[in-house]
Amino acid sequence: MLSRNPPRPVEPPRLPHARGPLSAALIDGLRLDALRRGPVVLPVPEDCDPYGEDLQLALYCCYELHYRGFAGVPEDREWDPSLLTARAAMERLFLAALRADVPGGAEDDDVDAELATLLVEPIDAAGVSHHLHREGELWQVREYVALRSLYHLKEADPQAFVIARLEGPAKAAMVTIEHDEYGAGDPDRMHARLFADMMDALELRSAYGHYLDAAPAEVLAEVNLMSMCGLHRGLRGALVGQFATVELTSSPGSDRLVKAMRRLDARPAAVEFYAEHVEADAVHEQLVRRGVIAPMLAAEPALARDVVFGIRASGLLADRLSALLLQSWAAGRTALRCPLADAPVLVGSTP
Amino acid sequence: MPEARPSGGQRPESPREIVLTDDGPMLVSGPVEIVLPDGSRVRSDRPVTALCVCKRSRRQPFCDTSHRCRVRIGDSTEEEDRAQPESASTR
Repeated sequence: MLSRNPPRPVEPPRLPHARGPLSAALIDGLRLDALRRGPVVLPVPEDCDPYGEDLQLALYCCYELHYRGFAGVPEDREWDPSLLTARAAMERLFLAALRADVPGGAEDDDVDAELATLLVEPIDAAGVSHHLHREGELWQVREYVALRSLYHLKEADPQAFVIARLEGPAKAAMVTIEHDEYGAGDPDRMHARLFADMMDALELRSAYGHYLDAAPAEVLAEVNLMSMCGLHRGLRGALVGQFATVELTSSPGSDRLVKAMRRLDARPAAVEFYAEHVEADAVHEQLVRRGVIAPMLAAEPALARDVVFGIRASGLLADRLSALLLQSWAAGRTALRCPLADAPVLVGSTP
Repeated sequence: MPEARPSGGQRPESPREIVLTDDGPMLVSGPVEIVLPDGSRVRSDRPVTALCVCKRSRRQPFCDTSHRCRVRIGDSTEEEDRAQPESASTR
C-alpha cells in the first residue's frame, strides 16, 4: 500500500525543440508567459504530412498538456480554446489518414475475427522483439527502451481516460486491468515505476519526457493514437481496440525481450519489467476480451467497427515504428533523432 | 464466450470465482497461494490470476500464452503443434 521508496519530485518536462513551422508556432505560443500571451495562431495546412515529424510533435505537445504539462507553461493552457482548435485540425488529418490507410479498411466490424488474428503466434516473424531476442545489441536495446519511455513512463494513463466512458461490467473489468497496471495497490510495482527502474538499470535517464527530442514521429504517433482515442468519447471503441492490441500481443513479445535482456547480461531490474508483462498481460488478454470487449459490444454493438479500427490502426503504427527501427539498425545507425552515447557513429561500423 | 464475470471484484461472503476458458488458462479471482506438486508455494497478489492448464507455460504455474496456435506468415493454416513446454529458444 505504501511505497518503500521516497517519492520522487514531480517535475514537468521541458518543452521540446520544434521540427517545422507547425510545432514551432505551437511551442513559441506555449512559451509566452501568462501576461503577454494571446491565442496561439496555428494554421494547419491541409497538405501537412499527417505522420510527419512536425504534426506529430505538435499534436504530442497538445496532448501532453493533459498529462504532466511542460515546465514554464501555465496549467490553464490545457483548456485554451485556440490550442483546442489547432489540436482538432491536426486530429482530423491524423484520423483521416489512419482510416484511409489501415490494412483491410476501416469499415469492417467482425471483432472476433480481428482478435483471432492477434491470438496466433507467427513462427517466422521479423519484428523488433524477434530481432532483439536473436541478435540485438545492447545499444539497440537501450534505444528501444529510450523510445518506449514516451509511453511507458505514463503507462496506462491514456487508457484511464476511457474508464468514465464505459458502463457496468466493461468499466469494472477495465478498472481491474488498470489497477494491475498501477501496481495493484503497491506503488513500487506500478508498471511505469518498473519501467523507470529498467531505464536506470540500463543507465538511461528515467526522468519523464527526457527522450522527447530523440523520439521520431513513428514513436510519437503511437502515443498520439492512444491520447486521441482516450480523450475523445466518440473514439472509446477505438481506444478499447488499441488497448486490446497491446494486451493481446504483449506476452510473447515481452518473453522475447526477457531473453534479450538475459542474453545481454542486463541487471535484474532490466529483466523484471518485461518478465512482469509476460505474466500480467496473459491475464489482461483474457480480461480485456471477456471482461471489457464482450460486455461493451453487447451493450453498444455499434462500437464494433471502431474496435476493429483501433486494432488495425495500432497495428499500422506499430509496423511503421518496427520498420524504422529495423532499417536503422540493419544499416548500423541510430533510430533516434539524437543518438545515445554508445550508438555507432559510422554507418556499418557494427560487426 | 462464458457468462462469467472475471472482473476480480466479489463480495467476501461469495464463493471464489473460477473461470475456465476454452483453450487458455484458468482464471482465479483474488490473491491466491498455489501449492505446486513438489509442495512449494507460489503467491499471486493480482486481482485475477491466470493459471496454466495446458502445461505448455514456461512460467508455471502461471499462463504465459504458450497455448496459442503458431502459424507461418503467409500461410493461413494453423500449425498442428503448439509451443512445446521446453522449447525455450522459440523462433
